Amino acid sequence: MTPLDDIDRRIVLATQAGLPLAAEPYAEIAGQVGVTEAEVIDRMTRMLADGVIRRVGVVPNHYALGYHFNGMTVWDVADDVAREMGQAVGALPFVSHCYLRPRHLPHWPYNLFAMVHGRDRATAIAHAAAIADVLADRCQGHQVLFSSRILKKTGLRL
Amino acid sequence: MDDIDRLIINELQGGFPIASHPFAVAAQRLGLAEGDLIARIAALRADGTLTRFGPLYNAEAMGGGLTLAAMQVPAHRFDEVAAQVNAFPEVAHNYAREHALNMWFVVATETPERIASVLSDIKSLTGLEVYDMPKTEEFFLSLRFEA
Repeated sequence: MTPLDDIDRRIVLATQAGLPLAAEPYAEIAGQVGVTEAEVIDRMTRMLADGVIRRVGVVPNHYALGYHFNGMTVWDVADDVAREMGQAVGALPFVSHCYLRPRHLPHWPYNLFAMVHGRDRATAIAHAAAIADVLADRCQGHQVLFSSRILKKTGLRL
Repeated sequence: MDDIDRLIINELQGGFPIASHPFAVAAQRLGLAEGDLIARIAALRADGTLTRFGPLYNAEAMGGGLTLAAMQVPAHRFDEVAAQVNAFPEVAHNYAREHALNMWFVVATETPERIASVLSDIKSLTGLEVYDMPKTEEFFLSLRFEA
């Protein structure tokens, strides 16, 4: 991956809150950053290929779409199969994020995290049940933590 | 929200062109006019259906630090601790969750080294244990909400 230079960082700063809603948004960004439109397009294309940009598009507010139940499902999965299980769970269409994280024994035995979303609680719980089917006896325990309140939500800042 | 709004939300959560006239290209793909697509996205942004429109950056790929942390906060101190935690600009998201560990927040810092000092500041400010749960592996992210 190419390390980000100063121009890249200026492009990130100019676009992290969003693209201008105009016919030539990259030309507007170019004007703000002080480079050509082609330079902005080349650099953003490279950042997308390198994974610095995950994707470009609309980011829906899942609450506005009616997905009121976001469940953080957490699973205690045997370490020797955790990666394999993470791949299987992450590939389920209703899992939006899937990660391995460290346990904090004895309070927190869970190492596999998968976020599920539903327009109602029953759907989110059914998603968790489907994950339990995939993990079967490779999982020693799990919980579903629903969010009861958003306390803070901001975009990532540089 | 009508069928065209749904089409935009379902088809444009990724793959928006990085090209000179991107709305024209995307609009053609969706069978819309360029001006309509721009106006629709603007309206969906304005009414809160979309939180953002544009590139979604990966903090770690940019050299930053990122972690998920959890705390067990006594009920009578919950709002006070939430305010203390939220006051840190490095705290990006914070959710109350139904569990003994009832506060879960994401910390994003300019450098990976800063994570430990932010968590330790939160611990000393609140007097509560902070459980650091950085991801050690990330699997395919399929985040696509259907409208």
